[in-house]
Amino acid sequence: MHIIENGNVAAALGVKLCHANVIAAYPITPQTPLTEKLSEYVEAGEMKAEYIPVESEHSALAVCIAASSAGARSFTATSANGLLYMHEQVQWAAGARLPLVMCVVNRAVGAPWNVWNDQQDSISQRDTGWIQMYCSDHQQIIDSVIKAYWLAEKVSIPIMVCYDGYILSHTYMPFDVPDQEKVDKFLPPFRPDYALNPEDPANLNTVTLPDVRMDVKGELAHGYMEIRYLLHEEMRTSLTAAAEGEKRFADIFGRGGDPYLEPYLCDDAQYVAVGLGSLTYQLRVAVDILRKEGIKVGVVGVRFYRPFPDEAIANALKGKKGVIVYEKALSYGYEGALASDLKSALYEHLSGTGKLPVVQNFIAGIGGRDIRTDDLTQTLRAATKSRVSIQPVWIGLKL
Amino acid sequence: MGTRNYRRKTSHSEHGPGDGGRTGSWRVERPVLNKSLCIPCKRNTEACFICWLLCPDVVISRTIPPQIDLEYCKGCGICAEECPTKAITMVDEAKFSEDDKDKE
Repeated sequence: MHIIENGNVAAALGVKLCHANVIAAYPITPQTPLTEKLSEYVEAGEMKAEYIPVESEHSALAVCIAASSAGARSFTATSANGLLYMHEQVQWAAGARLPLVMCVVNRAVGAPWNVWNDQQDSISQRDTGWIQMYCSDHQQIIDSVIKAYWLAEKVSIPIMVCYDGYILSHTYMPFDVPDQEKVDKFLPPFRPDYALNPEDPANLNTVTLPDVRMDVKGELAHGYMEIRYLLHEEMRTSLTAAAEGEKRFADIFGRGGDPYLEPYLCDDAQYVAVGLGSLTYQLRVAVDILRKEGIKVGVVGVRFYRPFPDEAIANALKGKKGVIVYEKALSYGYEGALASDLKSALYEHLSGTGKLPVVQNFIAGIGGRDIRTDDLTQTLRAATKSRVSIQPVWIGLKL
Repeated sequence: MGTRNYRRKTSHSEHGPGDGGRTGSWRVERPVLNKSLCIPCKRNTEACFICWLLCPDVVISRTIPPQIDLEYCKGCGICAEECPTKAITMVDEAKFSEDDKDKE
């Protein structure tokens, strides 16, 4: 059924369709309407879930960790400083291999205090061991939540579904709400390897020694390093699982295709803009304008940021003259994290082939600074003519 | 020879002695039971067993007399602290000869 609603409602509907059993969240702008909507569903009996109000984001994720350990499909959502406040538990959920899904409604982090959109919050959680998916519109939000539960439970790794605050969370757009029957067909009930059980007690994630050890059954159990290596290894293989999930989704719902990237006019493009989230749809407008001028440009939206689809990215950008990375976040003291990761992927897969593109980096929309299409068109045009700067260039800076 | 095929992906320990390694080697002081003060020993009946109940490593048996598994006892001293008749005392490990090590 097609409806017109905002991005937060799209996320809430996705969570409802997935029959999340436990929801724990603390309201923070611009995530608040999402959790309010979920509490409405639970209160109205439309959703058979336990909605647990908590006093902080740290507690919200701690509740989800406990609920997931007990075998419940769990959900939380946050933004900006709320995400930073739960950072310790974010790492914990990954090490404990719990298939949580969390929506991160992207917002700038303090200080100074700012409630508007950029992506510094989720990018700063890049190395926590969570899968990160980025959405460009409302359809992707609801679909990504559903895909995320399937993938998280398949690989036992938690997933952040990230979407831009206000630009997506508070704007209204038409999108398809899938039938419950189809979602139920796509997403089987959560069957954890182990769920907390008084009849079969266990101690989870307690002090784990640097070296391996014999367990109580006399079997050689992992040390800390083996557990962490497996997280990394299975993050990498989850790229394959994501492709399987995408195909399964497309078979049942009739949409989707590429799990990692969303290219636009890239086939004959000499220059390609790359970004995460709604910015890549705005870049399409700039690309359309430049195409009319005869400049062969395209856009690639990166849907999966961790695990990083390095091979897919290198294949998509192989032989291009230039790649221009637009980011709403950066690693202070160097450049945008996506630009660094992308350059690393290109170097790994293309060095020595003569097909290594020049990479430039623009930082835009920090703290919700308006990104005018004209800014994108001008910077993209300039980047196709020459190398603008070795350093990342901040668009719209008024210093 | 590694842990590749271990049945869990996480740190997951089950109830029983030894799931943290042979922790007896951590011990600095050894609990020694004086049977003449121990309630179940004196009365020859199942009683008290506070040491069994409170041992955080589950290395004390619910038997007469209670047995302490020195392979895994870390020497925390909780049993000695909690024993209502002070039947357990903590003795410096250095007082035991090499031959005595790991023996009751």
